[in-house]
Amino acid sequence: MMKEIFLCKYGEIALKGLNKSTFESVMVKNVKRRLRRLGSFDYWRAQSTLYVYPLDAEIDMDDVMDELKRVFGIAKICRSLEVEKSMESILSDTTLDYLAEALDDASTFKVEAKRADKKFPYKSPEICASLGGKILERFPHLSVDVHEPDITVTVEIREKYAFVNALRIDGAGGLPIGTSGRGMLLLSGGIDSPVAGYMMAKRGVQIQAIHFEAPPYTSERARMKVEKLAEEIALYCGDIAFHCVPFTDIQVAIKENCPEELFTIIMRRLMMEIAQRICEKENCSCLITGESMGQVASQTMGAIVCTDAACRIPVFRPCIGLDKSEIVKIARDINTFDTSILPYEDCCTVFTPKHPKTRPIPADVEKAQNSFDFEPMIAEAVVKTVFKIFRCGENTVNI
Amino acid sequence: MIYLDNAATTEPCAESVKACSEYFREFGNPSSLHEMGVSAANAVAAARKSIATALKADVNEIYFTSCATESNNTAIFGAAKKFGKRKKTIVTSAVEHPSVKEPLKELEKQGFNVVRIMPKDGVFYAEDFVNAVDDDTFLVTCMYCNNELGTVLPVEQIFKAVKHKNKQILTHCDIVQGFMKYPIKVKTLGADMLSMSAHKVNAFKGIGALYINSSVHIPSLIFGGGQERGFRSGTESVPLIASFGAAVDKLAPTISRRFEQVGILADLLRNEIAALPDSRINSPENGSPYIVSFSLKGYRSEILLHKLEEREIYVSSGSACSKGKKSSVLTAFGIPDEYADSTLRVSLSAENTREDILSLVSALKDAQKELLKSN
Repeated sequence: MMKEIFLCKYGEIALKGLNKSTFESVMVKNVKRRLRRLGSFDYWRAQSTLYVYPLDAEIDMDDVMDELKRVFGIAKICRSLEVEKSMESILSDTTLDYLAEALDDASTFKVEAKRADKKFPYKSPEICASLGGKILERFPHLSVDVHEPDITVTVEIREKYAFVNALRIDGAGGLPIGTSGRGMLLLSGGIDSPVAGYMMAKRGVQIQAIHFEAPPYTSERARMKVEKLAEEIALYCGDIAFHCVPFTDIQVAIKENCPEELFTIIMRRLMMEIAQRICEKENCSCLITGESMGQVASQTMGAIVCTDAACRIPVFRPCIGLDKSEIVKIARDINTFDTSILPYEDCCTVFTPKHPKTRPIPADVEKAQNSFDFEPMIAEAVVKTVFKIFRCGENTVNI
Repeated sequence: MIYLDNAATTEPCAESVKACSEYFREFGNPSSLHEMGVSAANAVAAARKSIATALKADVNEIYFTSCATESNNTAIFGAAKKFGKRKKTIVTSAVEHPSVKEPLKELEKQGFNVVRIMPKDGVFYAEDFVNAVDDDTFLVTCMYCNNELGTVLPVEQIFKAVKHKNKQILTHCDIVQGFMKYPIKVKTLGADMLSMSAHKVNAFKGIGALYINSSVHIPSLIFGGGQERGFRSGTESVPLIASFGAAVDKLAPTISRRFEQVGILADLLRNEIAALPDSRINSPENGSPYIVSFSLKGYRSEILLHKLEEREIYVSSGSACSKGKKSSVLTAFGIPDEYADSTLRVSLSAENTREDILSLVSALKDAQKELLKSN
């Protein structure tokens, strides 16, 4: 019976100093939480690698792989064969059978050996030479290329066992979720905001999401679309607390009381205000938006200055320097794109002015906003905000 | 509930539900030689007879398919398979349903030439089609009644004139929005192929039909056990076919009565809508009474639709969409942009009442009062 095991190599965490173990334990906790659904596993850590050892025979290794690929903090994942720590086992047919999947389609290879256990009686070059010889015998179509091989077969001699693998897959990279504090993502339903959430989560931020809805101008479907997006990024970001703010009255009030060309900018400022109040309640220390410099009128330098003037906490905009095509690429990679382009009205598009100000003057905006007392409406919106939680890996929204 | 979206789908009538449930219990395969198979085969034959009779066609000219989309695809790709080596041109209208439009786009990718006839001020003229037909043309496909506006195309004139010019050219008509609403007869229409759907005529989803004139041979696209006389293999869905037959039996004798009834409702609706501020009736005067498309300028379709939904009034947003994807059909018919964004499609059935229309109108009035205009 072949026994497979996953070796998750740390990314940046490996470079941390005295606080490395803090990062490590958060990551391990994240991995454990994700894999719990799939069965039981043993975990151990050694030399900047997390070993994930399946205990049930029924565990689907492909599912495990899919989950691990989405855990931030892991740079590389190797699916490896566990063999006895002896030269005979390493060179056995079982090993060669296991390598066949990777080697059948390759034309060149090399073998690397790592001896974590220096007491192992054979030196690395000897292991490489013996296994390389065996491979050439079994797969005569291959040739050795030590500089640019198609496949690198790795043999690791660890304390208890040896592991042989040929396929190393890129992990999600970044830092473990939760090691960089909490942030509130403004999730609109477009292409950019889920990407922004993903990018901040990649840097270890625990994400919560806030969405503004304006029934009857926006529909149930529009909200479901955003919930679906929250669920989709939860696959990467972990469980997501989702706050849905009723925003109709405020939008109507802006439309009726403020100059049309400032509609969007004042709306953004009020959204920021409400989001900050929810942040205070939820202990989030920053806001996250999907804005990209100059993409639309509310995302010009001038507009962002006006929006930020209404903010007391930092606003992070990880997409700020990306082109739309670059954002779309990430959205496709993380599988949010198809949901994002569903054609429902959202609260940002309904009352968009024909000619919005692209260079608003902060004093003008403030004056326009202060001409009406929004405070009671803001307070009411905060109170009426509906809270939900989307759990990583659970599919609940069907749209 | 007030259901005014009958062009999308219709409520199955009692007769079709009964026929369907009967064959849910009697589960024989029509191809089986035993008694159970014979009973199932009889049900399929009876339904085929109903549809053939309604169209004044022969029973051997009706083939059951899974839906009108399949019928349209079969007709178009079948014709292309038959003629594609010698001829490359297809003439069609610019306002076809996606189940015709997309197969044609696919053929274009394969090197076929598609000529799309545009309406002039919302009206189609048969001579435009005939003039587009040349020696390279092998198929003219044109819908009977447009699904977004209810515009009735002059199919009979088009097909007759085309056949007069060149008998070899195949004619195909998507009659989904006209079947059981107009007294369509295959000979009068001059069609070689017709596509129909059951769920638009008070039967169930998942079943459609394709009429193919017996003098025309269309190569088949689906091969297998040889059902539908070898043209469309696959075990027949007996319950759905039975439901289709039952619904056609019920509707066929009442076409003119229903047409008149619905006409009165449509007139009422048109007059009431015309009286609303900023309104525009998009459907033509002489279109199908079953479809009334209109716009209330300044109110986005989707928002109005959901506003009506609050009162359990169900209409369609007329395929317009605010996110830059305007309906190509509305554009082709020359609906101005500021109206296209706020198009609603009401599609009626004989089950609808005067009160339904009045409730809709009063809901629209209230919506105009309550909602702020979008820009």
